[in-house]
Amino acid sequence: MLQIDTWKRVLIWLVCIGGLVLALPNAFYTRVEQSNDARAAIELRGETPELTAAAGQWPGWMPSSLVNLGLDLRGGAHLLAEVRVSDVYAARMDAMWPEIRNALRDARGTVGTIRKQPSKPDEIRVKISQPEGMSRALELVRGLARPIQTLTGAGSNDIEVRGEGDEIVVTLSEAERLATDDRTVRQALEIVRRRIDEVGTREPTIQRQGADRILIQVPGIGSASELKEIIGTTAQLTFNPVVSRGTDANARVGVGEKLAPSLDQEGVFYTIESAPVVTGEELVDAQPAFDQNGRPAVNFRFNTSGARKFGDYTRDNVGAPFAITLDGEVISAPVIQSHIPGGSGIITGNFTVEESTNLAVLLRAGALPAGLEFLEERTIGPELGQDSIDAGKVATVVAFVAVLGFMWASYGLFGIFANIALVVNVGLLFGLLSVIGATLTLPGIAGIVLTVGMAVDANVLIFERIREELKTAKGPARAIELGYEKALSAILDANITTFITAVILFAMGSGPVRGFAITLGLGILTSVFTAIFVTRLLVVTWFERRRPKTIEV
Amino acid sequence: MRLKLIADDTTFDFFKRWRVWLGISALMVVIGFASFLIQGLNFGIDFRGGTTVRTESTQAVDVGAYRGALDPLGLGDVSITEVFDPTFGPDENVAMIRIQAQDEAEAVKAETIAKVQDALRGVAPDIKFVSVESVGPKVSGELIQTAILAVGLAILAVLVYIWLRFEWQFALGAVAALVHDVVLTIGIFSELQIRFDLAIIAALLTIVGYSLNDTVVVFDRVRENLRKYKQKDLKEVLNLSINETMSRTLMTSITTLLALISLYVLGGDVIRGFVFAMIWGIVVGTYSSIFVASTILLWLGVKRDWSKPTNTSGNQFADIDA
Repeated sequence: MLQIDTWKRVLIWLVCIGGLVLALPNAFYTRVEQSNDARAAIELRGETPELTAAAGQWPGWMPSSLVNLGLDLRGGAHLLAEVRVSDVYAARMDAMWPEIRNALRDARGTVGTIRKQPSKPDEIRVKISQPEGMSRALELVRGLARPIQTLTGAGSNDIEVRGEGDEIVVTLSEAERLATDDRTVRQALEIVRRRIDEVGTREPTIQRQGADRILIQVPGIGSASELKEIIGTTAQLTFNPVVSRGTDANARVGVGEKLAPSLDQEGVFYTIESAPVVTGEELVDAQPAFDQNGRPAVNFRFNTSGARKFGDYTRDNVGAPFAITLDGEVISAPVIQSHIPGGSGIITGNFTVEESTNLAVLLRAGALPAGLEFLEERTIGPELGQDSIDAGKVATVVAFVAVLGFMWASYGLFGIFANIALVVNVGLLFGLLSVIGATLTLPGIAGIVLTVGMAVDANVLIFERIREELKTAKGPARAIELGYEKALSAILDANITTFITAVILFAMGSGPVRGFAITLGLGILTSVFTAIFVTRLLVVTWFERRRPKTIEV
Repeated sequence: MRLKLIADDTTFDFFKRWRVWLGISALMVVIGFASFLIQGLNFGIDFRGGTTVRTESTQAVDVGAYRGALDPLGLGDVSITEVFDPTFGPDENVAMIRIQAQDEAEAVKAETIAKVQDALRGVAPDIKFVSVESVGPKVSGELIQTAILAVGLAILAVLVYIWLRFEWQFALGAVAALVHDVVLTIGIFSELQIRFDLAIIAALLTIVGYSLNDTVVVFDRVRENLRKYKQKDLKEVLNLSINETMSRTLMTSITTLLALISLYVLGGDVIRGFVFAMIWGIVVGTYSSIFVASTILLWLGVKRDWSKPTNTSGNQFADIDA
């Protein structure tokens, strides 16, 4: 009849107690959080009396996982950035040009003279003066193609070459574009991560989303604009020889030269050589500093090869100006005073202290391979988050009390069993959320409140069924058994369908909505568990002790 | 003494005027749909792109002055609304400012936000910007697609599940009720012009889940009673099943509503729209599981003879449980 094996009883109680213990740290949120932070700090930097005291606020043998608070509850900045992957195509094509030029120049006899034509940035167009030699020219340029070494692109080459009249058109192949895009996004992700780590905020989320997007969430930061300043700059630093300085934005430049505007002097343009002497990639360190006049500046140091190139160049060009350019703009163009052999130097400009600090961070972390475009940005103030938490807490407590009272009024003793199960249920839910490190958002709190309301459903189904079975007078034990048995299929069907929608929400949603899906989905699991096992155990235990002749549900 | 919502043995005839109920539902669906088509939804920035700024100040919000400060910036369509909430303190004056999307893909330029903030500081010097959210039109377009897809997928998944567990008539009845609930919820958001954002989609899916929950419980009982009373006609069985599950339907709806109403009143204005959608959905969902789902089941008819298994649609999974 009403039998539950002892091992099952033990297991059920263990699960309940385990869940509640895991949920416990959340009741002392601030204390546990400080203790966790302190422990992490001790791990990193060693012990100090303050840290040890902070760590001691929560005993080390207790579980210390907490539910993460989402940005809408904690405050912080959220950015969704798209990497402009096509930026890289142009750079690839630029790098390709000298190779093509050399190959065709060697065959001048058959193809004639060659001239690069204006084209879209992601292709190269070369005009040859003897169209008869086109087939030979195409053959030569195709010879420059390299096979792609990826799983998906196996068997194809990196460039596509075709002839249009007397022009040769070179583009990146589709497979190469895909491979390049993937590499670009991965690099960008890594650089963004390094830059944010350099700034040193806690628990940032930086993840790739889809083919070319990066999601960045940083709790506790004042505004998304602040975050954008750090990660939005490409920060490609180059040192280029200066040809001339002028004020004409449309000045004509020679082959292999380009015009770069000054960063802080309006209307000043430098003509610089396109090929840099050294680039930021060869930097090993950059630190904010002050120049001899006490103005903010950035100290930098090159690696060995960069130091040699820089040393050789400064030795050979004493008295000539060179430009330090950042993302195509000239920060400063000092005149080389003497040979600089050590591979270190200082960048001066019209910086504020903040700007020089930021620039140093950017240079240390490295340049982004391509520009970022921000598609979505959200800043939530910490006060608003705290208000939401407070409101959510009050609402949850009131909802809880209302449901508990209502269940007790409707089902009496059985209502109390259901209420115990409900408390266990919410405890288990928090325990699970903590263990999997889920993020609690404002809609997530709504999900918990909804769970409180709906979790009793399974118990209601069972109790109503027991009431019905009692009417046919089979005796209380049989009625309870039948009640559980017959209500089971309705409970399962009803919860599985809701669970399906939670899974779909989780898969399709993002951010706060996903937080809601998690609490809703886990809430269904815990409520089915508590209804089927916990209340049943309570009812059976009570029934065994009392052996009532009649029961009232 | 027990609290009883309803007498133990009710014998309401839910199908005496079934044409009327179905007619009312159909009319409501048409009105909801028409409102959606004519008036359209008041989409939030998630779906339309743009920027919202939530401000807080100790001075009373003067919408006219705010507008006066922002108009010279030439930002296009700007809407300013004051937010009232019982959870606010006495000198907590909150306003929401919505600015249309300025660019084709990019969310918002830092300078634009800085300009807006400077202009508002001119009106209320102690103003705080508690949240600034901005979504570029490129993403908002995708978010709409994903949202429609999510709701569509949920309905489809449920259709398949119920078809496997019951029979196709049950699945159609349940899905008709779902569509009814979703359309009515969208309809009321369009009619009252409540802001429709991403969270409302979550609410819609929850409504789908809840409404189904209710429907499935009734259907489960119908399936059981169909086997038990082979002689009774379908209408009687349906009436009996709904009456038997009536008490549970009301209990669960009330506990859920109790929880949601406390969230509606005390949970703050940020999620009020979301909670409103769910409250509405639960009321509508409870109604529809009886007056739409069951009525359609009655209308379509059900195969009664369970003794001869046939190879017709989907009942092969129907007997796996107790």
